[in-house]
Amino acid sequence: MMNSFADRFSTTGPIAELRKAQANVEDDQFSDAAWGSEAGFGSLAKGVPAFTVPNVPDPSAFLRLHTDDHADPNCRIKIQHGTTTLAFRFQGGVIVAVDSRATAGSYVASGTVKKVIEINPYLLGTMAGGAADCQFWETYLGMHCRLHELRQRERISVSAASKYLSNLVYSYKGMGLSMGTMICGWDKTGPAVFYVDSDGTRLKGDLFSVGSGSTFAYGVLDQGYRWDLTDEEAQELGRRSIYAAGHRDAFSGNTCNLYHVKEDGWRFIGNYDISQMHYEGPTGTGTGYGYDLRVEGRTSANPPPAAAAA
Amino acid sequence: MSIMEYNGGSVIAMVGKDCVAIASDLRLGNQALGVSSNFQKIFPVTDRIYLGLPGLATDVTTLRELFRYRVNMYTVKEERDIEPETFAHLVSSTLYERRFGPFFIEPVIAGMSKTPAGGLKPFIAATDLIGCLNFAKDFVVAGTASSKLFGVAEGLWEPDLEPEDLFETISQTMLNAVDRDAYSGWGVMVHVITKDKVISRTLKGRMD
Repeated sequence: MMNSFADRFSTTGPIAELRKAQANVEDDQFSDAAWGSEAGFGSLAKGVPAFTVPNVPDPSAFLRLHTDDHADPNCRIKIQHGTTTLAFRFQGGVIVAVDSRATAGSYVASGTVKKVIEINPYLLGTMAGGAADCQFWETYLGMHCRLHELRQRERISVSAASKYLSNLVYSYKGMGLSMGTMICGWDKTGPAVFYVDSDGTRLKGDLFSVGSGSTFAYGVLDQGYRWDLTDEEAQELGRRSIYAAGHRDAFSGNTCNLYHVKEDGWRFIGNYDISQMHYEGPTGTGTGYGYDLRVEGRTSANPPPAAAAA
Repeated sequence: MSIMEYNGGSVIAMVGKDCVAIASDLRLGNQALGVSSNFQKIFPVTDRIYLGLPGLATDVTTLRELFRYRVNMYTVKEERDIEPETFAHLVSSTLYERRFGPFFIEPVIAGMSKTPAGGLKPFIAATDLIGCLNFAKDFVVAGTASSKLFGVAEGLWEPDLEPEDLFETISQTMLNAVDRDAYSGWGVMVHVITKDKVISRTLKGRMD
């Protein structure tokens, strides 16, 4: 017994040599990457992520020069800016609604982007700013939420998860990370929404909207928001707010993805075409949200189509 | 901030068999903010000539009035309607007058011009903002979605389309191109000019 204890910690002798060789094989010389796979997690699998930074005396000053943050619109590293995302807390849980447009300058690069990141069955993150930054760090957050579960035998609170993310992005402050996200979920305290951005801001609140279309979404959201909204009313409010932003904002649109978080985790409600909502409403059967449809035939300035043609 | 992208908007014109078509979007924006979905950018010059003016909205209004004035003066002096070729040169010289302080407009002209034999043949042209004329045989594009319009038109257009087919081609080109441009859209207007009539239609486009 004593011998094995001594063996375990000795630095000389054959057993120590073997241990060193094993450690070498496992850790240094042949990482999982050398075998071609780290299960898609890249640098995450080893725990502490490591990134190559520009080889200059002050990397963050160098990056600031070439990264497109709000200060300087025309530099090299371009980031997806146009977006509308919103999340709010109410009696029945949390509603998360986002648009699906990605633009590069005035070019609409995609209309089918998933801007809600499913961190785990109880946590959702929204994507605004750098798509890669949001996707990577929120996936990374998901890994740590799972580790927290295994270590503490308890689900992580939304507060703790969001704080983990905000501390993480704060450690990269000035290096050009760009994300404006809402961490949404349900924990012991009930429904929770936290706003976290790459400046290091972390805010707890009932209602947030982020992105170029956020002002339009807030307009509808503030007007229709009450704590005691029913589930259906709340979902409609989220959808209607994203429609307003998609309509008015050139850099938001295409479709709306809607999620509802309840006590037993999040549920995907649906994907709604914003143009269809304009003309026919979200179900495609009712009347549309469009302004023209609501004024048509009501005043002499907005004559019905038949009269206009005559 | 580009002045050409301040209000957004696009125009395209196409040649068909004994007909021409011209189409524009209906958006007027203030950069990312959409303001109007009924802003006309195409104006009739004569019974057989239509003029599209994509670019800075204030100059759309100014130039529409300026061309109306100059075409009226021409009509009174010559005691006849202006021909599309002549009008294209009028547009060109009007823009070049402002060589060192231009109007921020890239005009597109579509019309039917008289042949010596007494018939009518399709005519389209476009200029840049200081009046460099481009007489194309197939199609011309201008505005914030011009690069996208070029791509779609290059794929859809073919020679000698009948009026109904030309309408379909220009409509699909416009509708699909503006959906890939953040500054254009919010409805589309199409005019097809034939020998004896003009067909004008407003299309239902994506409203986002």
